[in-house]
Amino acid sequence: MSRISLYVMVAVFLIAGLSLTLYRHIELQVPWTPGETRQVWHVEGLVSFEAHGDPVKVSLALPDNPGGFRLLSEHTASPGYGLHYVDTEVGRRAEWTIRQATGRQQIYYSVQFLVDDGSQTRAATPALPDTVVWEHPLGTSAQQVIDAARERSADAFSFTRELARRFTDEPAGDENIRLLMSRFDTPELLVRLLHQAGIAARLEHGLILEDGRRRQVLEPWVGVFDGDQRLLLNPRTGKTGQPDNLLLWEAGGSPVLEVQGGTESRITYSMLRRDEPAAVAAQTDLEAGGVMGFSIHSLPLEEQALFKNILLIPIGALVVVILRVLVGIKTSGTFMPVLIALAFMQTTLLTGLIAFLLIVSTGLMIRSYLSHLNLLLVARVSAVIITVILIISAYSLLAYRLGFNEGLVITFFPMIILSWTIERMSILWEEEGAREVFIQGGGSLLTAVLAFLAMDHPVVQHLTFNFLGLQLILMALILLLGNYSGYRLLELRRFSPLGHSRD
Amino acid sequence: MLRLARQLRIRGVIGMNRRNIHYIGRYNDRRLYPLVDDKLKTKLLAQEHDIATLVLLGTIRSQFEVRHVTQLVSQQDGFVIKPAKGGGGKGILVVERQEPGAYIKPSGRIIHRDGLERHVSNILSGLYSLGGSPDAAIIEELILFDERFESYTHEGVPDIRVIVFRGYPVMAMMRLSTAASDGKANLHQGAVGVGLDIATGRAVGGVQFDRPVSRHPDTDCPLADLEVPQWEELLLQTAACYELTGLGYLGTDIVLDRRHGPMLLELNARPGLTIQIANGRGLREALDLIERQPAGAPAAERVAFSRRYLAAS
Ligand SMILES: Nc1ncnc2c1ncn2[C@@H]1O[C@H](COP(=O)(O)OP(=O)(O)O)[C@@H](O)[C@H]1O
Ligand SMILES: [Mg+2]
Repeated sequence: MSRISLYVMVAVFLIAGLSLTLYRHIELQVPWTPGETRQVWHVEGLVSFEAHGDPVKVSLALPDNPGGFRLLSEHTASPGYGLHYVDTEVGRRAEWTIRQATGRQQIYYSVQFLVDDGSQTRAATPALPDTVVWEHPLGTSAQQVIDAARERSADAFSFTRELARRFTDEPAGDENIRLLMSRFDTPELLVRLLHQAGIAARLEHGLILEDGRRRQVLEPWVGVFDGDQRLLLNPRTGKTGQPDNLLLWEAGGSPVLEVQGGTESRITYSMLRRDEPAAVAAQTDLEAGGVMGFSIHSLPLEEQALFKNILLIPIGALVVVILRVLVGIKTSGTFMPVLIALAFMQTTLLTGLIAFLLIVSTGLMIRSYLSHLNLLLVARVSAVIITVILIISAYSLLAYRLGFNEGLVITFFPMIILSWTIERMSILWEEEGAREVFIQGGGSLLTAVLAFLAMDHPVVQHLTFNFLGLQLILMALILLLGNYSGYRLLELRRFSPLGHSRD
Repeated sequence: MLRLARQLRIRGVIGMNRRNIHYIGRYNDRRLYPLVDDKLKTKLLAQEHDIATLVLLGTIRSQFEVRHVTQLVSQQDGFVIKPAKGGGGKGILVVERQEPGAYIKPSGRIIHRDGLERHVSNILSGLYSLGGSPDAAIIEELILFDERFESYTHEGVPDIRVIVFRGYPVMAMMRLSTAASDGKANLHQGAVGVGLDIATGRAVGGVQFDRPVSRHPDTDCPLADLEVPQWEELLLQTAACYELTGLGYLGTDIVLDRRHGPMLLELNARPGLTIQIANGRGLREALDLIERQPAGAPAAERVAFSRRYLAAS
C-alpha cells in the first residue's frame, strides 16, 4: 500500500520534473551544457533609507556606458514610487518620488551588462575649477607635495603616478602628506592636488565585480585627463589603469545617491555572473512568462546569488545518499560532508582540504584536554566552538603574516558544524579508538570531496541553476534510493564468507 | 561482484538497507524504543512480566543521592553500576568483591568510596549516555556466569544474543569476550560470536571481525564444543520479550547465571547483522517463514515452532 503511493509519487515527480526541464530546453532554448556563452553580469543595487512621513525624492546615478561592458537591460522595483530617468550633463540618473513615506524604504535597481571589451567610455573631460581653496596651513603643504612630485615627473600622467605613490607607499614618512591626510580622504585629496597642479581630474565610483557577492559598496576611483587621454587611478594602491572587473557606476563626478526626505540612506550591491548562451545574451529580455517558464531568474538578484548555491545542495545530498545506501560509507554526521563541500566551493579543493585537516586535528587535540574537565555536553560543545573560532583566527593571521591570502578563506567553514564534528570524533576516539575515527573521518572527507566534485562541475551548476525541474527529478531519485533494500557495496565484502562457504 | 551479490541473495543474507526498511521500519514502532533504550524501564517491565532479570540493588537519579551509593551496596559482595541509557559497554563498572573501604574490580584494581561516587556522578551528568543527556545510574547484582563457559571467555561475562521476530526466536549467537575486545562482549571491538543452533543451543560456527574462526583466540578452546544449557527456558524468555515490548524485530541479550539460570540483560531495537556470519547463513529464509505465520500464538508454541522448523540442518 505505502509502496504503491511511493511509486505514484516518484512517477509524479519524474513526469513533472522532466516536462518542466524539457519545456525550458525546447521552448525557451536553454541549452543542456554551458557551451558557447557570453558573460552577463547581473548587478542589483538596493537603496535603503528611513523615511519620516515627508515627501521623498531619491536620485541615483546610473551607469552610463562604462568601459568594457554593454548595458543589456535594466529594471527597478519600487512599490508606490513614481519613477523617471533623467539625462544630465554628467550622466544618467533615476529619480523616484513619493508624496509621503514612513519607515524603512527599499528600492531596487537592477541592471544587466554584457562583457564587451570593445566598448569604450566616452566620458567628457571635466572642467578645471578656478581655484582650489585650502585652509591654512594646508596650502603650503599641498604646494610642497606638488612641487616634489613635479620635480620627478614629465607629464600629467607621470605626475599623477608620482603623486599617488607618495600617498600609498609610505604616507607616514612625509610630514606634509601626514598633515593633508589628516584632513581629507585620499581620493578627494588626490583630486584637489591634481586640480591645484592644473590637471583635470574627478572622483568616479566603481564596483568590483565578483560572482555571487552581496552587500558590496562602491569604491572611489580617480579619473585623470590629459587632452583626450584618460587615466584611471586606484587611490588605495596607487596603481593606474582600469581592471577588467571594474564597473564604473558613476563617472561624472556627481553624487551617487541623493535622498531628500529620508535619513540613513545607503546603497549596496549584489552581483551575479551568468554565462548565457550567445543567443540568449543577445536577446535582452530574460523574463519568460507563464508557469512553465518558471525560473529563479525572475527573483531579485540578491536571492538568485543565494539560490545558485542552494540549488546545488540536493546534488550533494544525492551523493551522500548514494554513498551511504549503495556503497555503505560511514560518515560522521549525515550531511556534514555536504556543508564541507559547500565550503570547498568557496576555498577551492586543495586549500579547503588543508584548512579542514588543520582545524579538525588541532581541534581534536584541544578537545582531548577539555575532556579531562568533565563538562556538561552543551558547555563542552560551546567551548569547542570557541576553540574552533580561535583556531580559525590564529590560522588566518598566521597565513596572512606568511603571505598566503588563502589563509583567509578558512573563515568560510561552517564553524558550528565543525565543532560538532570535532566533538563527535573525539567521543568516537575515546570510545572506539583511533581506527574508527579514521574510518569515519576518511569517509566524511571522501564524501565531501565527491560531493564537491559533483557540485563544482560547470555542467552540473549550469543544469541546476537553469532547470528548476531537475530538483523534482533529484527528489524522485532520492525517494527511489530510500526504498532500495539490496546490499551495499561494502556489505558484499563483509558478508563474503557467507557467499563462498558451504558447498 | 554481481555474482557474489546473487550468491548472497540466494543464501538469504539480508543487508542493512533491507533490515532498516523491511524489518525495523515495518515492525518496530518508534514510540516503543524508549522501553529498550532505557535499561531501567526494560528491567521494571521484565519484572512485571515475570521474566528473570538481575536483582536491582538500587537506582540513583540525582546528584544529592550520590553519597548513598555505598549504603546501597553494603549488603552485597559483588555488584555492577551502569548507566540506564548507555550502550556498547560504556560506563559499566564491575566490582567483584569488597573489603572495608575498598572495592575490587575483576582486574584486581582497587577503587575507593570517592572513586565510586565520582563514577556515579559522571553517569548522572550524561557522560556515557547517548547524546550526553542526563541519565540515571543502575546498581545491580553481579552475574556469576556458568562455570562451563570459563574456558571460552577472557575476563568478561559472555552473553547470548537471540533475534526475536514477531515473537519467534529466529537466530542465536553467543558472544565471548577476548583480549582484543578488552573483556567486553562487543562484536565490533573484537569479541567472538558463536552461532548457535536454534533447535539445540549447540555451536554451529564462529566469527571474529566479520571473518570465520573456529577456536577462541585467547584460550584456544574449540568453539564447536560449545553448548548452552537450559536452552528451552532461555528461548521461552526471549520469546516473551515480544509481549513485553511490542517490538517485532528485537535483539535480546541473555546471560546464564550459575545460581538463577538464564536472565535478561538488555534488549535492542536495532540488532546487528553479524549474527548471520556466525551462523553461516542468512536470516531471510527464517524471517520469510515467520512472516507467513498468523499472529497470536502463545510463547511456548512459537518456541516449539522455531525449534522444529528453524533448526540448523
Ligand atoms: N550485572 C553484571 N554483572 C557482570 N557483568 C555485567 C553485568 N552487567 C553487564 N555486564 C557486562 O557488561 C557488558 C555490557 O552490558 P549491557 O548491559 O549489555 O550494556 P550495553 O548496553 O552497554 O551493552 C555485558 O556484556 C557484560 O559483559
Ligand atoms: Mg549489550
